[in-house]
Amino acid sequence: MSKDKEISVDIQNVTKSFGAFTALNGVSLDIRDNEFFTLLGPSGCGKTTLLRLIAGFEEVTNGAIHLYGQNIADLLPNERPINTVFQQYALFPHMNVTDNVMFGLLRLGHDTSKAKARVGEVLELVRLSDFADRMPSQLSGGQQQRVALARALAPSPKVLLLDEPLSALDLKLRQAVRLELKQIQVQTGITFIFVTHDQEEALTMSDRIAVLEGGRVQQVGSAREIYEAPENKFVADFIGETNLIDVTVSNVEKRKGSCVLPGGAQIICSAAEGALVGSGHLSIRPERIKITASGKGMLEGKTVRHIYLGTDLHIEVSLTSGSRVTVRMQNSTQIKIPNVGQSVGLDFEASSARLLVD
Amino acid sequence: MAELPKVNPEGSAKTYSGFGIPLIFPAWIIIGFFLVIPVAMMLVYSFLTKEFRGGVIWEFSISAYDQFFLYRGLFGDSPPVIEWTYISIFWRSIWQAGLATFCCLIIGFPTAWFIATRTGRNKTIWLFLITIPYWVNLLIRTISMKFLIRDNGPLNEFFLSIGLISEPFHIINTNFAVQLGLFYSYLPFMVLPIYAAVERYNFALSEAAADLYASRTVTLFKVILPTVRPGIVAGCILVFVPSLGAFLAPDLLGGAKNFMIGSLIEEQFKGAAGNWPFGAAASMILLSLVLIVLTFYARNQTKGQI
Repeated sequence: MSKDKEISVDIQNVTKSFGAFTALNGVSLDIRDNEFFTLLGPSGCGKTTLLRLIAGFEEVTNGAIHLYGQNIADLLPNERPINTVFQQYALFPHMNVTDNVMFGLLRLGHDTSKAKARVGEVLELVRLSDFADRMPSQLSGGQQQRVALARALAPSPKVLLLDEPLSALDLKLRQAVRLELKQIQVQTGITFIFVTHDQEEALTMSDRIAVLEGGRVQQVGSAREIYEAPENKFVADFIGETNLIDVTVSNVEKRKGSCVLPGGAQIICSAAEGALVGSGHLSIRPERIKITASGKGMLEGKTVRHIYLGTDLHIEVSLTSGSRVTVRMQNSTQIKIPNVGQSVGLDFEASSARLLVD
Repeated sequence: MAELPKVNPEGSAKTYSGFGIPLIFPAWIIIGFFLVIPVAMMLVYSFLTKEFRGGVIWEFSISAYDQFFLYRGLFGDSPPVIEWTYISIFWRSIWQAGLATFCCLIIGFPTAWFIATRTGRNKTIWLFLITIPYWVNLLIRTISMKFLIRDNGPLNEFFLSIGLISEPFHIINTNFAVQLGLFYSYLPFMVLPIYAAVERYNFALSEAAADLYASRTVTLFKVILPTVRPGIVAGCILVFVPSLGAFLAPDLLGGAKNFMIGSLIEEQFKGAAGNWPFGAAASMILLSLVLIVLTFYARNQTKGQI
């Protein structure tokens, strides 16, 4: 996505406090038009608070939120052209599917016949046309989730907020709905702001991801950028799995760091912004490490145990320095698996390593 | 997508429903003895002949109902015309009870909402405060109220002393006094069921409504009220039904002019001037009215839970 694309939601240095507790601390984000933008972080990181600020359910303590250039601070939730898919769906229990989906359209002053046509359209989009007359209590969780989505899409909002909408679904359904959601976003061209704690969800759907922790934005970038070039230890650890190896940094120049690995090998790899000379951490993803014969790799160690994961195997290796490293291998018949207790060498490309800021 | 089998995540009563059957016998016996038999007796008595010293003569007669609805002249031999005395007492009772229900709803709903939206201990304290007056006997409370609203009672003295009025406000022995008494007696019966319903209300629904462009007023009428309707209907029944048959408030605060059904019935069973069959007939007519209201309620409830 190009940089000059129109900004949809512009969050400027937003702080939100609840009494003495600061939920968000100076958050700035530019969410672009037409983008599938994900707020990712563990529970309590402030992601839902940020969503509620955009929807208007909470008031900003400090800072400003602009929607297509307009400051929306003074607009009530019902005055914002933004719709939300709630975590527990919040479907109106006394209305059937059609009336639920039509609710927003009628409030906007559409006449009933036009609204009905639009409801039909949206229900088709979420493949619920056959359930138009059902009550919410007669639907399964997955179907309720679709109704919630249809209800939020019906008024054609400029921005759609989704608050962990998949968390109540089981794994198979969740995976199917992910792809559908992404497809609907592309089809409708609406800016989606998606909140989740599930990194896999974030990686598969998002154009860009903002990783939040402790009320601050830790990193913003595409799935690839976040996974492959994490800026700090938190991001590296939270997104996927990683090995953090203690290193001595001898030089940092033009975002390249020269590091000495435990065992003495030297590498030059990419460094996160703000990396300093001295002791540091190197992040290497488990799938980027190869097991070689002892003495032939960048690191030395002994196999501690195997963990069977179906498609993959995790091999835990204890380094001579004492720390543990996990290696991920494909569960294939062609690969030789080292025995437990065997001395092995660990090898990886310098491009797979990233020097982090603590 | 295939439809998933529907399982209630909050559990099912199916496994445990069988235990109740032996345990419910005492309740059945009590209801049978103290509800069904007296009502049946009332029904029988309403078709008997009155005895002049109170009591009944075991002789079939429809004169009680006849007396209620028809007037046949002073000596009982004129052509029958409709007797409006008792019908108008009933009508006044229905009107008073309806108004009391309405007032209780208007005051009770915001109160219940306020209590249900307090957090933690505050909720318990407010609920406690609402119920405190009801630890005092209703008779005592009604007499106290009579004292308060007398022409030279504290209420009037206060308004006179601050110069708001120049002569006592006449409240006692008016319909307004009866209304005040009914409202005061039955307000908690409105507040408590609505409180229970509002407490279960999912506020995400209000947020969803606001998110879908509904103003606060629209949210109240289209989302909140329909969702908490069972509590509102229960509250209305609990206020309307006892208000309809109330006799303390009309007797003590309303005086003779503002007679209600309850007082009418009460009088028929008091002393030698009473007329048992007539009192029983009036009770049966009142019971039929209440049953009509309850049928309406039951229909309403089943419609709500699809």
